[in-house]
Amino acid sequence: MHDKQVRRRRAILGVLVGVSLILLTAYFGESSSSPLHTVQRGVVEVLSPVQEGASKALKPVRDVAGWFSDTLSAKSRSDQLQRQVNTLRAQLAHAQAAELQNRQLTKLVGLDNALGIESYHAVAAHVISRDPTLWYATIEVDKGSDDGVHVDDPVIGDGGLVGKISTVDPTVSVVTLITDHSMAVAAQIQDAGGDTGVLVPAVGDPNQLLVQDLPQSGPFHEAVGQQVVTAGFKAGPLQSLYPPGIPIGQISSASESNLLNDGQVQVNPAVDLRHLDAVQILTKPHGGTERAQLP
Amino acid sequence: MNLKLALRLLVLAFATVVIQQAAISQISIFGVSADLGPLVVMSVGLLAGSMAGAITGFGTGLLVDLVLVQTLGVTSLLYIAIGYWSGRLRELRDPAHGLVPLALGAAVTAFAGLGMALIQFLLGVNAPVSLLLFQQIFITVLVNSLIALPVFAIVRRLIRPTLPDDPRRRRRRAYTTGGLSPLSRPSERLGPIPRSSTR
Repeated sequence: MHDKQVRRRRAILGVLVGVSLILLTAYFGESSSSPLHTVQRGVVEVLSPVQEGASKALKPVRDVAGWFSDTLSAKSRSDQLQRQVNTLRAQLAHAQAAELQNRQLTKLVGLDNALGIESYHAVAAHVISRDPTLWYATIEVDKGSDDGVHVDDPVIGDGGLVGKISTVDPTVSVVTLITDHSMAVAAQIQDAGGDTGVLVPAVGDPNQLLVQDLPQSGPFHEAVGQQVVTAGFKAGPLQSLYPPGIPIGQISSASESNLLNDGQVQVNPAVDLRHLDAVQILTKPHGGTERAQLP
Repeated sequence: MNLKLALRLLVLAFATVVIQQAAISQISIFGVSADLGPLVVMSVGLLAGSMAGAITGFGTGLLVDLVLVQTLGVTSLLYIAIGYWSGRLRELRDPAHGLVPLALGAAVTAFAGLGMALIQFLLGVNAPVSLLLFQQIFITVLVNSLIALPVFAIVRRLIRPTLPDDPRRRRRRAYTTGGLSPLSRPSERLGPIPRSSTR
């Protein structure tokens, strides 16, 4: 009797582990249009109204908890923000002068400014669920293909780049965040040189991004604090997924050795990806133009 | 596992995933969120045994992977181990101390965090072993330890009526009826000793 129970227990355990491994292997090797992915999208679609309802119902609980959490962190951030305000005021004065000059020069040269953010049709969406793990890979929003959202549409929020749409259903979409390991974004540092590189996440560290492939020169100590924005590019029929000029973050560390050896600097994201309640999806008709996957 | 218990575990797994995604994961404490999944699976294992724990772990993990559009099977694999070993602990040791769910909650949270990191690395996520990752896993362990006892109490309240035999209830019953208590008097338990046996 006891032996039978042990055998049964081991058999069930073996079956469960086996099914998990088969699912893992099959899913990992599949394309995004394969059956498992389709089933997954179906489940997301079915569960999204429940999650949306639960998200709305539990908002007061979140708000109360958020209030306590924010109060604790507000004091320590106050001094830091004051210093930042002083720096930004100085930068604003420079930027306004540069913008004026830029407008005049743009008119003069007749540059094509079609990649601007205005050409994307922004759709506002609410975050209805998010990844609870430390990998911060995805969030789910309450807008989908019915609202004109497409796969690979850029997503912004809280004044910066959040990520891109990776899965679309009629009423919900899944956003892959810029901290996901699969993400790479063409980025530009807003210094005098306007150096460009590829922004990738420091996986496992949700507060850090890396800009790689930068030119291995320049005054390193001056890099810290510089703004990093999307570079945006257009080369023939290919164009970047992201329009230029969307803030990504601020350079937090730029050691000489890292810059010389790897051509990389560390960036603090502009957006607090853990506390997003609303985002904007930049939808755009795809007709006529193919869009580059990376970066 | 009876049908009533299976139904309750199904509802519990579903509610856990929905509440986790819709509320808990959006509440940040010291920069991290609590993770209900490992705690609920651990509680089920501790209350209902290894088979119920493993099956609940598989179901909850699969639901998490489906809802989060993650690689299917990753979370299931971790939660199966959590549910099974929590259940085995109950079957082999039958721990009675009130703080067992707290200690076990910390252990399974650490296992889930480190296991997820390991599987991500094995799946080819090219990442340095970050100190912050370990720091965040540690803080998550602390936060989950704080809520382990309430979560265990809620799960026990939900599934206890359908459990075939709760070890604590069995022990309490044994003590109150004098069945297993070392303090119970033999004369009351066994009745009068026959005079012939003393010769």
